Amino acid sequence: MMEFFMEYKDMLFEGSYETLLMTFASTIFAYIIGLPLGVTMVITDAHGISPQKTLNTVLGTIINIGRSIPFVILIVAVIPLTRFIVGKAIGPVAAIVPLTIAAAPFVARMVETALQEVDPGVVEAAKTMGATNAQIALKVLLPEAVPSLIRGFSITTITLIGYSAMAGAFGAGGLGDIAIRYGHHRYQADIMWVTVVLIVVIVQAIQMCFELAAKKIDKRNK
Amino acid sequence: MIRIENLSKIFKTSNEVHALRSVSTHVEAGDIFGVIGMSGAGKSTLLRCIAQLEKPTSGAIYIEGKNITELSGKENIELRKRVGVIFQGYHLLMQRTVRDNIAFPLELSGIKKEERYKRVEELLALVGLENKADAYPSQLSGGQMQRVAIARALANNPSILLCDEPTSALDSLTTKAILKLLKDINEKLGVTVFIITHEIGVVKSICRHVAVINEGELVEQGATDEVLSNPKHHATELLLGISNIAEGGDAE
Repeated sequence: MMEFFMEYKDMLFEGSYETLLMTFASTIFAYIIGLPLGVTMVITDAHGISPQKTLNTVLGTIINIGRSIPFVILIVAVIPLTRFIVGKAIGPVAAIVPLTIAAAPFVARMVETALQEVDPGVVEAAKTMGATNAQIALKVLLPEAVPSLIRGFSITTITLIGYSAMAGAFGAGGLGDIAIRYGHHRYQADIMWVTVVLIVVIVQAIQMCFELAAKKIDKRNK
Repeated sequence: MIRIENLSKIFKTSNEVHALRSVSTHVEAGDIFGVIGMSGAGKSTLLRCIAQLEKPTSGAIYIEGKNITELSGKENIELRKRVGVIFQGYHLLMQRTVRDNIAFPLELSGIKKEERYKRVEELLALVGLENKADAYPSQLSGGQMQRVAIARALANNPSILLCDEPTSALDSLTTKAILKLLKDINEKLGVTVFIITHEIGVVKSICRHVAVINEGELVEQGATDEVLSNPKHHATELLLGISNIAEGGDAE
């Protein structure tokens, strides 16, 4: 047991680090794209504060297309773009590009769902106070949806851990890569199990932290 | 203060719903004016048109002499600050404290933090919630939440307070207290109060004038005493409980 850890601990640390790097970096980039996209979807919705049917339909279609493309195909398809941005197509940093593209439309829907939960009456009340659309978005919709947005952030992060493991099969590195190279190709089941356990531990930790944060921040059930 | 001329509102869904049919009325400055009607009579639509949450199909609404359907964006925002609105469901920001809820309209107007909180203290005293400033809405009772909503609606010193069924979710004792508060606000601050309700008790206890709305039409209006003591329309009799709802129906 001890020997096993001494032999592989560097590799497992490295893998965990790469997995976390890929996951968090792409989650953040996905939110940079997906958050404004989700807010726009809610605002331009037929029942939103500034209904714009054409824009809403176009964005909705783009989001749906983005969400329909299988991730393994997406990784290969965006290789030219990845090369252009990162300069290479393999390694954890390169994997951030397809992971971000895969997660952005997912994030847009997460944000959309979170904002739709905000009581429309509160939005109306803000309107009667003379709030502009920008004020409604920034001071009503987003702050009121924070607990739900945090839960969405946690779901996105965990989904991306799974995706990053898939990206491992395409030379992205990380725990997924280790599981495939050692566990699958070399029949080292012990290493495969250790990586799986590590991924489970990471997922549990993220889930717990964000759930705790969402509960602490939410003022609705104090 | 508020003048409504031939106001109509048609909702076009699968079929046309005439929510308001050529409604005309006039609310004097400093009055407490009630509009009473059953569910679906069109009273909420009337308030929503005045509050500019619905666009009238035809007709005009004048507030302080200005036709509100013809205002530019900026004038519109200015006007909204002259008209406070409270709702049956309070519609408070659940993630903000009482203090920050009341400060919200001032924040929207770009008023500095210090000044904002000074004004909030006055408003908290006005509605009697000085000790709840740091509480969150979920920690309050219905009556307390409505008090916060009233304070919030008054933050910009409006000349009119529109009230959409303000006491319909409250018990009778709390209703009395809220109505007393509205009356005090009317008397002390000279705010014109416009109340939509289905409860005859609300009209009896604070409204000086009343209009009865039935199937989208204002069927009678006038001084509360006169209308209630000498109802002319069947709908008024129903609301007063004089007439039986199932008229000519069951043998009971």
